[in-house]
This record gives sequence, C-alpha cells and structure tokens, in this order.
Amino acid sequence: MALLEFFTGKHLDRGLHVPEHKDLTSGLPIRRLPFAPMLVVPLSQHAGAPAIPLVHEGQEVVRGEPIAKAGGFMSVPMHSPVTGRVTKLALAPTARGDLGMAIYITPYQAASQEVLYGAPQDIENMTPEEIVQAVQNTGVVGLGGAAFPTHVKMKVPDGKKIDTVVVNGCECEPYLTTDHRVMLEYPKDVLYGARIAMRALGAANAVIGVEDNKMDAVEALRNAIDANRTANVGITVESVPAKYPQGAEKMLVKVLLGLEVPTRGLPADVGLAVFNVATLAQIGELLPVRQGLIERVVTITGPGVRKPGNYLVALGTPLRFALEQADCRDDVSSVILGGPMMGAAAGSLDIPITKGVTGILVLTQKEVKASSQIYACIHCAACVDVCPIHLNPSHLGLLARKDRYEEMETDYHLMDCFECACCSYVCPSHIPLVQYFRVAKQMNRERANRERLKAKEGAHA
Amino acid sequence: MSPATTVIEVRTAPHVHSGRSVEVIMRNVVYALLPMAFYSVWLFGLSAAFLIATTTGACLLIEHLCCGAAERESSIGDYSAAITGLLLGLTLPPALPLWMAVVGAFIAIAPGKMIFGGLGFNVFNPALVGRAFLQAAFPSAITTYTPAQAMHRFTEFIPTTLAIPFLKAAPLKDWIAQVRVDGFTGATPLMLQKFEHVTTDTWSLFLGTRAGSAGETSALLILLGGVYLIVRKMMDWRIPAAMLLGALALSGCYYLSNPAKYPSQLFVLFSGGLMLGAIFMATDPVASPVTPRGMWIYGILMGVITVVIRFEGGLAEGVMYAILLGNGLSPLIDNLTQPRTYGAGKRMFGKEAAAK
Repeated sequence: MALLEFFTGKHLDRGLHVPEHKDLTSGLPIRRLPFAPMLVVPLSQHAGAPAIPLVHEGQEVVRGEPIAKAGGFMSVPMHSPVTGRVTKLALAPTARGDLGMAIYITPYQAASQEVLYGAPQDIENMTPEEIVQAVQNTGVVGLGGAAFPTHVKMKVPDGKKIDTVVVNGCECEPYLTTDHRVMLEYPKDVLYGARIAMRALGAANAVIGVEDNKMDAVEALRNAIDANRTANVGITVESVPAKYPQGAEKMLVKVLLGLEVPTRGLPADVGLAVFNVATLAQIGELLPVRQGLIERVVTITGPGVRKPGNYLVALGTPLRFALEQADCRDDVSSVILGGPMMGAAAGSLDIPITKGVTGILVLTQKEVKASSQIYACIHCAACVDVCPIHLNPSHLGLLARKDRYEEMETDYHLMDCFECACCSYVCPSHIPLVQYFRVAKQMNRERANRERLKAKEGAHA
Repeated sequence: MSPATTVIEVRTAPHVHSGRSVEVIMRNVVYALLPMAFYSVWLFGLSAAFLIATTTGACLLIEHLCCGAAERESSIGDYSAAITGLLLGLTLPPALPLWMAVVGAFIAIAPGKMIFGGLGFNVFNPALVGRAFLQAAFPSAITTYTPAQAMHRFTEFIPTTLAIPFLKAAPLKDWIAQVRVDGFTGATPLMLQKFEHVTTDTWSLFLGTRAGSAGETSALLILLGGVYLIVRKMMDWRIPAAMLLGALALSGCYYLSNPAKYPSQLFVLFSGGLMLGAIFMATDPVASPVTPRGMWIYGILMGVITVVIRFEGGLAEGVMYAILLGNGLSPLIDNLTQPRTYGAGKRMFGKEAAAK
C-alpha cells in the first residue's frame, strides 16, 4: 500500500493509519437534534476577543437574532440559537475547564423556531472589504475545530497575495463524519462558500482536498461543479490517500500543492488560504441571506452511544442533553470533544456545545483501559517515522523529562509541533510525548512573555 | 441512560493507542531467537543447551538482583534481559565453560546495562559488552570451536563445558578425535579462510551445518527470524539492510581486486556472526540511531568496519567490535543527522544553537 502511494505521487509521507470507525455514522444523514430546555451560549466560542452581549436578563429573543456583537476585528458576534427568553447572563463551565461568561436562554416551547432574521444581499457586487465584514457578521469561525474567526482569514495580509484557496475536506480524525456529510448533502453551499472566499481574497483557483475514503463526497462535489461550470471555474476537487493527520492545514498544503508553510509562518506566506469545507458551506448558506451561525453539524458517536449520528445541534445545547438524545449507555467512561487523536476530554457534562465542536466521541470503560506502564524510551524510532513535520519526538521527549524546554525550542523545532499525537499513538513505551510537548510549549510561551515584560520594564526604567 | 450519575474520566489526547508495547516487542524478539537456539542444540547438543540456558538464566537473575539493589521493581518482565541472555549464549562457542558464561552474563547485565539505569539507557548492546569482556579475559576459550553434529552430543557434555572455575580445562583435542569428524581442525569457516585459505561452500554456510558460535551458524534461520520481526514491524529493516549492504559492497571490492586472496562477498555475508550481528545485535534500538539517515550511516559503517577487521586485522571475526563501535558512535550520528523539519529553510547539521 505504501509502495502504491509512493508511485501515485500525492501522498502524506509520514503520519499513520488509525482505525477509522467512520462507518458508524458516515451513512447516516444529518438530522436535527431537539432544543434543550435551556441553552447556554458562551461569549467566547472562538479564538480572539469574547463577544460583547447585546441583551439583558428577561429579554425575549428570536431565533437568529444577534445577541452579542464582535469584541473587535479578532472576534465574532453571537446569534440566538432559539426563540425564547434570556434567563440570565452568568458564568458557565467551558470545555477548557474554567468558567466563562455565557447567555442562558430558555426556549419557548410553542414558538415556531423560524429564523426570521436576515435579508438577501447581493454578493456579486460587494467589494472584498464588504465581504469580509459580511462574513464577520455571520459569526462563522473555523468549524474544523480551531474556531479561528473566518473573516480574518478572508482578509489578504498586507504585502501578501493569495492565488489559491485550499478547501480542507480531509476529516482525518477517526470517528468524525460531519465534513463528509456536509460535502455529500450540501455540495452547492461548499462551492458557493469557496467562490465567496476566492472573491474576497482575489484568488483565481480553489482546490478541494478530500481523502479517498470519501469518494462519494468527491463525486457529489464534482457533479455540483459540472452542474454549473461557468460559475465554478477555477475550482477543482482532488482525492488524496487517506492518512492521519492529513487534515492538518500544513500537511494538506504539502500534499496537494507540494508547498511548505514556513516555520511559524502562515499559508498566506506561500500564497494560500485554507478553509474547512463545513466552514465554507456555512458561509455559502448564510451570507446570501445575511443570517448568523446558530447551529452546526456534530457527529455524536462511539461505543458509548446507542444512537450515533450526524446531528444538527443548536449552539449552546448542553453536552448532557445531546448525550441523552443519542441514547448514551450507562458505562460511559470518557466524553471527548472532537476526535480521539486531538480531541479534549470533557471535564463536565454541563458544558455547552460551541462553534468549534466537530464531534462528541463517547467511550466506555472497555475502550479506556487503565494506564499502561510507562517504560523508558528504547529509541525504537517509531515516533520519528510517523512525525508528519519530521521532528525527533524521541529526543524531544528525553529533553522534556529533563525540563530542557528552551533547548527543545532552539535546537529541535519544538514550536512547530502541532500536537497531532502520532508519536504518543505509536510509542511502545507509552510515553505521553505529546503531553510533554504541550507542557513544554506552554512553558516556552510563558518564558517568552516574561522576557518581553522584563524588556519593557527595562526600557521604562 | 443516566448521565446525571455518570462519572467521566479526563485524560489528555490521544485517547487511543496503537497497542504496541515494549514487552510485546521484546517477547517477539525472544520468539524470533528461539529457532536458532533449538537449531544450535541440534547441532552442538547438550553443551549448547546448557550454555544458552545458563546465560539466559544468569542474565535474568542478575537483572533481578540489580533491581533489588537499586530498590526498584524488578524489570525482568519486559523480556529484555531474556534477549540479552539468549543473544549472549548464541554468540559464544558451544564448548565454553559454563562458569565463564556466567561471568559474561554478569558483565553484560550489571556494568553493561543496569549501571546506566536499565533498559533504554545503555550505550552499548549488553550482550556484546559481555562477549567483548569474555574475548578479552579468556581469549583461548572463546576461540575454541567444536565440530557440529558430533557423535553422542545429546548424551554427553563437551568436556570443557563443566570445567571448574579458574582451573585449566583439559584440552579438547582428545575429545574431538574421539567424536571423529574428519579433518576438523577446531576452526570455523572464517578462521579456515583467513589463516588457511580454505573456503567453505556457501550453501552449507547458509544452512548452518558448520562449526561456529552456538547461534550464528544458520543464516537461513537468522533471516527467517529477522523477516518475522520486520513483517510485524518490530524491527527496523534499514539497519540490517545497510550493514549487509556495506559489508557486501566493500568485500566485493576486495574480491574483485584480488580473487585469489580474498573470499567472495557471499562467503563474507554468510560466514561468522555477520548475519546474527546485523539482524539481532545492530538493531538493538537502544544503542542505535533514531533518525532515518542516521540508521543508514550507522549500518553501512558497521558493515564496512566488519570487513576491514576481517581482512586487515589480526582477528578472524570483526562483527562484535564493529557493532560496539557503531553503538558508541550512534549518539553522534543521531546528532549530525537530525531530520529536516517541515517548513524549515535548510537541512540542519547538528545542533545549530550549540555554537551560539
């Protein structure tokens, strides 16, 4: 297989094949989840500044109505996911583990829950700046998990030129099938979103990269392109051999176009902008009608649920309610937001589903075994052979154990690690390598901050 | 469903694992070594059986005692001491007195491995450390070889096996004469070639019906063990490939330059301990480089040194010293061959910032 990939050209040279388990949900159409008795909309669901609330306690809100405005350019507004009454503005638990400000909304049981907000807007005659503003108004952020405000990526950085929009339909994390279903069911929205991104960025081309375990999605997209060739000129769909972590933006760029994003740089440095397919599908759906992001597709799956599926979930739905709807088993041991390789374990079932939640993976006691014994590194080089960015995790791990964090950064490119966890996955000594690296990166960031502060103080004195 | 009462565990990603583990890998290496051990018992009889059992038992016992002395949990369950013991036994001549085997096992485990901190920290392959000590301490005993398939081998020990420590053992000449085997001079094919210019037929080398260390004789069984581990992804194929390639290339040059003096490259490949060394010793992950380019450099280097020692040195065999040298160099090789990171401009040569 590896030999075949070698000869066929486009492939990810490192990384690995993780059991996919996607067949649990990949054939299930997207279905809407009912509204929970109480929705909790955090003001910070994205990277950047939190949104600023526009509503007060007791206020009635309509589904789709803006309830918080963007707190700056690096921020997005929030829209009410439901018609109902604002119960309170209070702290709520977040997936990160701390508390954050949130708007609690009680839905009206008898309301029609129609989206009454919005009005058509003519995208064809908008300037790139107007498109960026319109995208910010939708509140859309990267729906692949990063939750980075999408409009920020649609603005060409100063001095840069974007020639190609890369659309990421890899979805390489095991279990997750949201992007797969979106591509299958909303190919036109994906293409429309891609065209909007191309217009905003002045890019002539867009390439949609899809892993070859989703050939039906490739076909759906290609059919949609063929259905309207004049509008979709410049857009191509490419299937790439499935391998984890191909869905990482840097990896996909390398595989599709043979380009490398420079260390600590952005795709814009090589003339690219990368968007997730679901993100563009939302833009393609919301922008023409000037509406806001109020729900998203979430794969609820894993051995811990009896009714796995791809659910359209109102943002702010508590995890507990979503799990009840998917008929969660009693012997649940772990609830993971995202996929099993990079997803974070939920610390509480009271946290709400936010814009960045791609999936909810529920594992039972059978899957989560007691911690295996950790051995010393035996230098087997398995981690070196899978690291997609060609680091030396073996040596980095040894340095981390000795707290030599600075050396890890200066000599061994630690800060390029994007925590795909391939090294931890293959390590026969069960060394929690990626966890060491998360800690080391955090320590380095804190040290850099301290040094910056010190330099500032020195300048003032 | 009652999530209200559910207790959930919080762990860090990744939440799944490949299922590979050190003890499973090590156990499979033991499986891969067993055919050679059985074959050597068939070839050399009771003495080989006792030799291998002694080194393995001694290594396990010494590791257990070392762990006790260091006040930590015994690590014999990870099978690495068993591998060291088996390998040590397989690299020794079957006639070696058992007490010397125990000394070798002690050196292999105590100063060779445990003093560095146990599995994962040793600089050299422990089995070779033990063997190198024996080579230096008992040069005559470790170069005394006995014929394969001797008579009565399953009922009688080779007389030197049960020698009393520190006493001169009876010479083997009489015994060899007694068990017959025409023309056997107590030399391995390598010695015959080097000192007497008698070349052994390559096919018998490949199958292993010849004199030699207990486990090094059959290239076939060694290759099978290696292929088993490589197929199961428990061994890196690049190191043995590089080492054999290095030896093949250099010995080919020698052979072409003077076919009358030097043996053919196939003879070099299948004789002595090259196969066993390349597949089971050089690949000891702990003492070998981790970078892809480093593995090739390390392997080729060891293959070349082996041939140089065999052809230019005073010894008939050079695999052991070649691997020990390679082991010693592997941290340096690693350091000089760090992979080029994605997105980095140029290839890194060694530590860039060390020179700041």
